[in-house]
Amino acid sequence: MEVLAARLSTPDQLAEYRKQVLLRREKIKFQLSVCGGTGCSGGGSKLIRDRLREYLEQQGLSETVALKFTGCLGLCEQGPLVIVSPGEYFYHRVSESDIPEIIGQTILRGELVERLLYIDPASGERIASAHEIPFLKKQSRILLGDNWRIDPAAIDDYLVLGGYESLVKALVSLSSNAVIEQIKHSRLRGRGGAGFPTGVKWEECRRAAGTDKYIICNADEGDPGAFMDRSLLEGNPHLVLEGLIIGGYAVGAGEGVVFVRSEYPTAVNNIKQAIVMAESLGLLGENILGSGFNFRVRVSVGAGAFVSGETSALIRSVEGFVGEPRQKPPHLAERGLNNKPTVVNNVETLANVPYLIRFGADSYRERGTEKSKGTKIFSLVGKVNNTGLVEVPLGITLRDIIFEIGGGIRGRKKFKAVQTGGPSGGCLPEQLLDLPTDFEELSEAGSMMGSGGMIVMDEETCMVDLARYFLAFLKDESCGNCFSCREGISRLLEMVEQISRGESSLEQLSLLQELAAVVKDASLCGLGQTAPNPVLSAIRYFHEEYLAHIVERRCPAGVCRALVSYSINDQLCTGCGACLKSCPSEAVSGEKKLPHHISTEKCTKCGICLETCRFGAVMKQ
Amino acid sequence: MEKRVLDQLQGSPGRNGISIVSLLQLIQQEYNYLPEEVLREAALATGFPLIEMFRVATFYKSFSLVPRGKHTITACCGTACHVRGSEKVVREISKTLGVAPGETTPDGQYTVETVNCLGACALAPLVVLDGQYYGGVTPAGVGKLIGGHRRHDYSCEAAGSK
Repeated sequence: MEVLAARLSTPDQLAEYRKQVLLRREKIKFQLSVCGGTGCSGGGSKLIRDRLREYLEQQGLSETVALKFTGCLGLCEQGPLVIVSPGEYFYHRVSESDIPEIIGQTILRGELVERLLYIDPASGERIASAHEIPFLKKQSRILLGDNWRIDPAAIDDYLVLGGYESLVKALVSLSSNAVIEQIKHSRLRGRGGAGFPTGVKWEECRRAAGTDKYIICNADEGDPGAFMDRSLLEGNPHLVLEGLIIGGYAVGAGEGVVFVRSEYPTAVNNIKQAIVMAESLGLLGENILGSGFNFRVRVSVGAGAFVSGETSALIRSVEGFVGEPRQKPPHLAERGLNNKPTVVNNVETLANVPYLIRFGADSYRERGTEKSKGTKIFSLVGKVNNTGLVEVPLGITLRDIIFEIGGGIRGRKKFKAVQTGGPSGGCLPEQLLDLPTDFEELSEAGSMMGSGGMIVMDEETCMVDLARYFLAFLKDESCGNCFSCREGISRLLEMVEQISRGESSLEQLSLLQELAAVVKDASLCGLGQTAPNPVLSAIRYFHEEYLAHIVERRCPAGVCRALVSYSINDQLCTGCGACLKSCPSEAVSGEKKLPHHISTEKCTKCGICLETCRFGAVMKQ
Repeated sequence: MEKRVLDQLQGSPGRNGISIVSLLQLIQQEYNYLPEEVLREAALATGFPLIEMFRVATFYKSFSLVPRGKHTITACCGTACHVRGSEKVVREISKTLGVAPGETTPDGQYTVETVNCLGACALAPLVVLDGQYYGGVTPAGVGKLIGGHRRHDYSCEAAGSK
């Protein structure tokens, strides 16, 4: 962490501090951004950063070249990534041995290192600048766009980009009611799942009687397949913190809590560090910048329970008890944390606030549809070519996200479905690809926006298996309070398991749908109310696939274990023995150079033989 | 280091603003799991009902009431990992080590865990071995991963202990 100035007590002092930082940085001519996201760290980006630092020191370049270890830059599969600017040259798959060339050629002579440039999978051409990469070019990254300029450990990086200007604007020229009016006018809706208008939520808490109000940032990102909150907290923690402080000012809270899941250790560390830095500069604490507003923030680390994402359960978790949801009303605005008025906002929602205050609600409203404004970050994953976080204006179609930005389906397979909204959402088929990403439109189609998980599936994904997966997940995560949720999900899972084994009937299928309606209607919280969505939407759009399992006892995608078998094609098998050696169950037999055979009794259907065979001789039916 | 949490609690009885979850997190940090006798002593020192502490300990995923292995191998079972075949990977890990998810090998070396999502979906299917991330893991890759880890670390120690 850098050495900071003394506590700043007026907005002018903050402006002066910012000026001093810029002055100190005048000598810097180049910037090297090394991605420190999970993907790139796994590929050894920490070592690259350390070696770069040493190399810059040896060459006497430490003063003119700034080295930043940033949050996730997006294209995780191409890592480790390094961006050199000016020019925003985007180098992928960088290794330690590339360092002398990056410095010698690009920094000292302004020449590109051709072989490190990213290759566009669509055109096969090398692309020099990050701006030109289709995956990034087609997004509008108002929240994620600064990640490569920011070292999360340096508050100065955030300040020189205009960070905390929105806080100053709110404290100096807007009353707390005016802030709420701006948020309401912007039509910002909660990004955690339900899409409730943020301004209305804040107003309720503002108006609630009582003192000692709280604002909680919900970073308990439990939706499997979504990781935008992690990325924001890791890559740009001050953005979230600034949003939280402005929120605290608007609702009249004296304390903020960031509730992070323990599975995200880097996010926990980065937000804690950000809080300490903001405190030491006087952007948190007593009488912030002389405004008279007092606000503290603490971090609470979750212990792992999906249901804790439900706001009333989250409050119990923050208090350190079992995180079970309770009946509402009373709403949290009346009785929340420690029985005081509380507002809970998702990470991404709060990250929108500084932008919105700085540029105004009218400018914010320019993006999006009638009822869904601004941008949304989706985590585009699964069987798609470009996986990663995608920030787009709301209203863009699913097709644009998957095919234009995501580069289409991997390995020339066919698109089958996209799952949005996680365990509360649903699977949408090809005929709905032109659906706009809008809260209402997605709900009407039987799915939901949720927190923005977008899992793309190809023809090798089985829709019965996927429904089984989500039900197993929800059965595990149900807190058990409501009978309909606890027992209902278990029974639904049993029924889907029967289908996946080819042991079901058409009567069972209608019983399943009937029970699903009961679970929806009779459960207390969102978990139970939305639990049947994945299975219901799968039956709705992939009815034939369900019939294939039930009537023909066949899994068309070749996934359901009880319904598939492996065999070896005599014509194609060369008898090389690779499958025999790799089979962990000794199910393959055969003489060398003669066709091999798989014993159905011994076979555990692990698929390793299929993976190993170089001649395409192993068949799955 | 030994009994740090308990010393602190006994040094200043009462709750001191600490919650059950954060108390259990401290104990687990120190012991790597939640030993029953420590929970009993902690309940006495803080006045939290023991039953409530057990309730919290069994409700949340990150707490373990049994000792954990020296090494932890975690397979991510998020949706993105699932559609790219994590179920087969988990089955292969269990088979290779001979224990089900949530269990520890009898020699106390490896604990097998599954997790709902680690938020690194681009790397799916993902396996984490002692904090190191391995992306795009195949069932065939599991044997190599564990075998390699054993050779580097485990077998040396086993040889040393002979």
